[in-house]
Amino acid sequence: MDSRLGPAPPRAHWPPPRAHEQARGYYPPFTVLEKFLQTLMDGLAVGSLYALIALGYTMVYGILKFINFAHSDIFVLGAWISYATALFAGYNDLDPAAAGIQAAPFPVWVLYGLGGATFVALVVAGIPKLQGRPLSESARALLLGVTWAWACAGMALAARVLQGAGWSIVGGGAILICSMLTCGLVGFTLERVAYKPLRNAPRLNVLITAIGISLLLQNLGQLEWMFGTRPQGMPSLLPDAVLAEIGGSRPSPDADWTVQPVRIRLLDVIAAGTAIVLMLALDRLVFHTKIGRAMRAVSFSERNAALMGIPVDRVISFTFVLGSMLAAAAGFLYAQKYTKLGQTADTVWVLLGLKAFVAAVVGGIGNIRGAMLGGILIGLLEFFGVAYLIPQLRDVYVFGVLILVLLVRPGGILGSTAVEKV
Amino acid sequence: MLEVESLAVSYGAIKALHGIGLRVGRGEIVTLIGSNGAGKSTTLRAISGLVRPAAGSKIVYDGTSIASRPPHEIVRMGLVQSPEGRGVFPNMTVEENLELGAYVRSDRDGIDADREKALSLFPRLKERFRQSAGTLSGGEQQMLAMARALMARPRLLLLDEPSLGLAPQIVQVIFRIIREINAGGTTILLVEQNAHMALKVAHRAYVLEVGRIVMEGPAAELAASDQVKNAYMGRHA
Ligand SMILES: Nc1ncnc2c1ncn2[C@@H]1O[C@H](COP(=O)(O)OP(=O)(O)O)[C@@H](O)[C@H]1O
Ligand SMILES: [Mg+2]
Repeated sequence: MDSRLGPAPPRAHWPPPRAHEQARGYYPPFTVLEKFLQTLMDGLAVGSLYALIALGYTMVYGILKFINFAHSDIFVLGAWISYATALFAGYNDLDPAAAGIQAAPFPVWVLYGLGGATFVALVVAGIPKLQGRPLSESARALLLGVTWAWACAGMALAARVLQGAGWSIVGGGAILICSMLTCGLVGFTLERVAYKPLRNAPRLNVLITAIGISLLLQNLGQLEWMFGTRPQGMPSLLPDAVLAEIGGSRPSPDADWTVQPVRIRLLDVIAAGTAIVLMLALDRLVFHTKIGRAMRAVSFSERNAALMGIPVDRVISFTFVLGSMLAAAAGFLYAQKYTKLGQTADTVWVLLGLKAFVAAVVGGIGNIRGAMLGGILIGLLEFFGVAYLIPQLRDVYVFGVLILVLLVRPGGILGSTAVEKV
Repeated sequence: MLEVESLAVSYGAIKALHGIGLRVGRGEIVTLIGSNGAGKSTTLRAISGLVRPAAGSKIVYDGTSIASRPPHEIVRMGLVQSPEGRGVFPNMTVEENLELGAYVRSDRDGIDADREKALSLFPRLKERFRQSAGTLSGGEQQMLAMARALMARPRLLLLDEPSLGLAPQIVQVIFRIIREINAGGTTILLVEQNAHMALKVAHRAYVLEVGRIVMEGPAAELAASDQVKNAYMGRHA
C-alpha cells in the first residue's frame, strides 16, 4: 500500500447503508455542495461500471440479436477470478488489510499451472512437427487455451513480485489482465459451445439457453471447490489514498456521531480512469479499425459481411471475447471499491447485472455509445434518487426510467436516431 | 474457370435447384436469365458458399472444389459476388464500404490505387465519398456495390440483378461499365431478369426455369430464338 499520499480511508461497503442509517443521513456531508459532489462521484463511479457491463450486452445484441443473460455472470466471474488470482499471487499475506482472509479453495494454481506446463510441453514437442502445416481448428483452440493459462500464471506471479516491490498499481493491473483474459476465454467457450450451434434456431431457444448458462455459471461458482457459498473479502490490489477532502470532519447536529468529509480517493480515480480508458479504446476499435468495421458489417448483415470476405464466426467470437473482457474489468474494479464479494448467485450481483442491462436498453440496445451513455445515466439516476428522493426506492428509479424511455423512445436514447450499430 | 455440375439446393422442404450445370470460361461474360423465383440468386449463393448445396453437387473454381468452403475463403480466392439488392452497408460511408470490399487484402498501396480506379469508373461515387451509403439513390448504391466488389480484385465477378429497379438510363450506364470491367480482364457471371440487356452484353447464356437449366448457348443465338423472345423479352424487345 502506497502511504505517501496519506492514510487509506475506511473501505466502502455494498450495498450502501439502508433505512436506519439513512435516517441519520446516509450522505454524511451536510452542505448542499458536499452532498451534491458526493452523490455525483458515487453515481459516476458505479455508472461507469454499468457502462462497461452494458457494452457486452449491447455488442452481442447488435450482432446476434439476442440478450446474453449469462453476461452478468461473466461480470461476477471477473470479480471472483480477480479474488482467486490475488490469493494465488499471495496478496492476502502481503496486504495487512487483508490478513486473515480465508483462502478460497478455488484451485487457480492447478488451472494456471497445468495450463502453463502444457503450453511449454506443446512448444517443446509439438511446434517443430507442425512447421509449414496449417493448424487444425481444435489444435488452434488448444493452443489458445494453454497460451491463456500460461499468460495468466505468469501475470499472477509477476503481480506478486510487483506488489512486493511496492508497485501495487502495476501488480493490480496484472491481475486485472488475468481476470480479463480468463473471462474472455470463458466468453469465447460459451459462444462456441452454447450459442454457435443455435445460430439459426428461433430467438426464444437462444434466450432460454442464455438463462440456462447463467444459472449454470452461478451454481458452478457456488461449488465448494470453486468459490463456495460464503462471502469473501477482496484484498486491495490498487493503491489508495485520499487525494482531497472537501469539508472537514465535524460532529453531527445531534453530536452523537462524526460527519465525514467528502473524500476524493485515489482508488476511485484509478477505477474511473480505467473504465474511461477501456471505453475510449473500445470506441476507437469499433469505429476506426479494420476489425471494428468488420464487426459493424456483421452486425448489419452476416451474409453481406461474409461476401466481403469477413470471417463471420471469428468476428462473432471476437465480439464475445471483447464483451466478456470488459465485464471482467468491471468485476475487478467493482471488487476493489465494494470489497465484500457475495457468492456467485447473490441477489446483489443479479440486481447489478439487471441494471447494466437496463442501461443498455435505455441507451439504445445495439448501440455502443448508447450503452456508455445509458450506464452513466443509470448510475447517476440511482444515486441522485437515493440522495434526494426516497432512498428506499433506489431500484425503482432505475426500472421506472426504463419504462419511461421505452414509452417515449422505444429504441432507446441513441437507438432510433443513430443507426450505427454493433 | 468455373464449372458447376448437378448443383442441387433446398431450403428446408422446398427444392430451389434440381441439379443444374453451367460453365464459365476465363474472360467471358456469361449470363444466367430466368424469371422471378427461378433459382438464379440461389445459384450464386451456392457458388459463394452462402447456402450449402446438396450432397453430390460439384462446384469447381480454378481446378479446386469449393462446394464446402466457407464464404470468406471463397472471396479470398478471387471469386466475389455483388449480391441481389446491392447489400451496401447503409450506416457506413461510401469510403468505408469500399474499404470493406478490400477486407481480404492488406496491400495498402494497391488498395488505394484500386480505389482511385473504381472511383474513376464511377465518378458519381467520388462526389459522395464521405456520405453514408444509405443516403445514395438506388443507382448510386448499385454502383457502390459493384465498385466495392472490384475492391477485392476479383478474377470472377458474380453480379446478381444489377439493373433491378433502376431507371433505363442508369441501366445503360451499368451495362456499359459491366463491359468495361470485363474488358479489363475480369470474368463475369451475370444474373438478370432483364434478358434483353443481359443477352446484349454477354457472350454466352443459360436460361433457368424453376430450378432447371432449359436452354443454353451463345447469347446472340438465344436472343434470336422465339422461345426466349416470347418468354423473357416481351416487355423489352
Ligand atoms: N431463404 C429462403 N428460404 C426459403 N425459400 C427460399 C429462400 N430463398 C429463396 N427461396 C425460394 O427458392 C426459389 C428460388 O429463389 P431465388 O433463387 O431467390 O430466385 P431468383 O433469384 O431466380 O428470383 C424460390 O421459390 C424462392 O421462394
Ligand atoms: Mg434473385
